[in-house]
Amino acid sequence: MPELGNPRAQQYPPVMKELPMPDEPENVESERAHAAPSLPGHNGAAPQSRPAPAFSGYPSPLATAPPRREPSLTAQPEIHPELNSEPHVLVLSQFCLYYGKHKALHEISMPIAAQKVTALVGPSGCGKSTLLRSINRLNDLIEHVRTEGRIMFRDENVYGSNTDVIGLRKRLGMVFQKSNPFPMSVFENVIYARRIADERSKARLHQVCERSLRSAALWDEVKDRLHSSALGLSGGQQQRLCIARAIAAEPEVLLMDEPCSALDPIATAKVEDLIHELRGRYTVVIVTHNMQQAARVSDFTAFMYLGRLVEYGPTGSIFQNPRLKQTEDYITGRFG
Amino acid sequence: MWMGCIACAAIILGVLALVLWYLISIGRQSVNLAFFAQDPQPYGADGYPGGMRNALVGTAILVGLASAVGVPVGILGGVYLSEYRTRAWLTETVRFTADVLAGVPSIVVGILGYELLVVPLGHFNGWAGALALAFIMIPIVTRTTEEMLHLIPGSYREASIALGATKARTIVRVVLPAATGGLITGVMLALARVAGETAPLLFTALGSRLLTFDPRYPFPSLTKQIYDYATGPYAEQKQQAWAGILILIVLIFSFNLLVRLFTRPRQFRA
Repeated sequence: MPELGNPRAQQYPPVMKELPMPDEPENVESERAHAAPSLPGHNGAAPQSRPAPAFSGYPSPLATAPPRREPSLTAQPEIHPELNSEPHVLVLSQFCLYYGKHKALHEISMPIAAQKVTALVGPSGCGKSTLLRSINRLNDLIEHVRTEGRIMFRDENVYGSNTDVIGLRKRLGMVFQKSNPFPMSVFENVIYARRIADERSKARLHQVCERSLRSAALWDEVKDRLHSSALGLSGGQQQRLCIARAIAAEPEVLLMDEPCSALDPIATAKVEDLIHELRGRYTVVIVTHNMQQAARVSDFTAFMYLGRLVEYGPTGSIFQNPRLKQTEDYITGRFG
Repeated sequence: MWMGCIACAAIILGVLALVLWYLISIGRQSVNLAFFAQDPQPYGADGYPGGMRNALVGTAILVGLASAVGVPVGILGGVYLSEYRTRAWLTETVRFTADVLAGVPSIVVGILGYELLVVPLGHFNGWAGALALAFIMIPIVTRTTEEMLHLIPGSYREASIALGATKARTIVRVVLPAATGGLITGVMLALARVAGETAPLLFTALGSRLLTFDPRYPFPSLTKQIYDYATGPYAEQKQQAWAGILILIVLIFSFNLLVRLFTRPRQFRA
C-alpha cells in the first residue's frame, strides 16, 4: 500500500510546551499520607449492564490506589503529567466559548499530542463537539458565537486576527457524525479538496483518489464504481468515503465527531481499524460517547463535564486509575 | 361526504375538459402548416390571412431576451437571500419586495417599461417589452431559487467548508449543482408565466404584423396578436385568434409538464 505519510509533519519540529500545572501533586501526596487506605466507594463489581472493555478497564479496588477526590466545579482540571512529555500539535489555553450569553466552554486548557489518538468523552451536552468544532473554526458559521482564549496550532493562533482560516481548515480535516457525501460521484467526492486547490492533472487526481480510498480501506469496494453516485453506498461505506475525502486534503490533524455513532457494529469495527492505521501518520482527535470505543481506540482520553475539562491523561490511566471520583463515576456508568 | 368530494373533483376536471374541447373544436380548423410558416397578410392581399409565424417568433425572442436578464438576476438574488444574508434589514426588505412584486398587476409593470424605455427612445420598441417581462420574471425566479436552496441540507455546506472551500466555491460547486432541478423548475414556471402575458406588452412592444428580429422597433408577440385579431372585424382573423389561443395553451401545458418531469423524485445523479 503506498505510504500516505504527511510531508508537512516532518517540517515542524515537535513543540514541547510546559503547561501551567495546578498544584495538585502536593495535595495528592498529602492525601495519600493522611488518608486511611480505605477502598473506594464501590465494591469493585462492574455493573452488569455494560460489557467489559478489551483490557481490565474498570478501576480496581486496590488498597494502594489513592482515594478518589470529590469533584468541584471550579477546580482546575486534572491533567496527568505524561502529557507533558509528548510533542504537541495543538495547545488550547484558557479557551472559552459563548453561545450568546450562555457559556458553553469554560477555560479549557489542554495539549493535543502529535501523531496520537486523543478521545474526548463526556455526557451529552458537555461541550465535546463544540470544542472539536472550535478547533477548525467551524463554529464561525453559527451566529452569536463568541470565543476567548487561544488555540495554538503548531505556532500560529487559530483565533488570531489575521489567520488564514481557509488555509487552516485544509490542514485540520473533519469527519462528521452523520456521513455527508456530496451528491456527486465517488471520485468527485474524494478529490473535492484537490479540485478546490485547482488541480487539473487527471493522472494526479486519479492517483490521489486511489491513495485516499486505499487509506480509508474502501478502494476494493468502490474501485469498479468510482463514477457512480456516492449516495448509493451503504452507511458505513459513506462514512469511510467521508474519511477518504478528509484524508485526500492531506491534513495534519483529523477531527472526528462521533464518526461511528450512526453505524452498525461491523462498520464501526472497520472504522476503528482505520483509525488504528491512521494513528502514526495523523493526529486524530475523536469525540465519542461510547466508553469502550474510547478505550479501544485512543492513546489519550479527556473527560469533560458541563463545558469543563475534568481529567485528561493516557487512556490506560484514565480507565484503570482515574484520579477524580467524577471520572470514575462516569466511566463505570454511574451517571451520564 | 365522499360523494360530494368526487362530485367536486369531477367538476374541476369537467371544466378543464370543456375548455379544452371548446378550444380544440374551434381552433383546430385554422391550425395548419400555413399558420406556422407564413406571416400575416392584410385583407385583400393574396395569401390572406396568412399565418402567425411572426408572432410565434416574436414571443420566442421576447421571452429569450427577458430570460437573459431575468434568470441571472433572479438566481443571484435567490442565492443572496438564502446563502449570504449579510444584513438582516436588507434581506427582509428584498424578500418582502420580491413577494409584493410577484403579485403586482402586469399592466403596472408595463407602465414601468413604458417610462423607462419607450419615452426616452421616443417610440415603442421590443427592448421595453423584454424589460417589462423581465421585471415579472425576477421575483418568481428569486423566490423559487431561495426556497429550493433552503431545501439543500446544511451538511453539504458544512462538509465543503470543513474541507477548506470558500463560501463562493461551496455555493458554485456543491449547493447550486445539487439544486439544479429546483432552479430549472423555477425558471420554467417563470417562463410559462411571461409567455402568456399581454398587458405589459400593450404599450411597450406594441405589436407588429411583420416578421422582425430587431427589438429597436415595435415588436410582435403571440398574445398581442391574438388580442388584435379577436377584437378586429375580420372573420378569418378571428378564426386564427382561436388557433393562436390553442397553441398558447399547448405551450403552457407542455412547460408545466416539463416542470413535473424535472421535479419527480429522482434516483441519485452522479
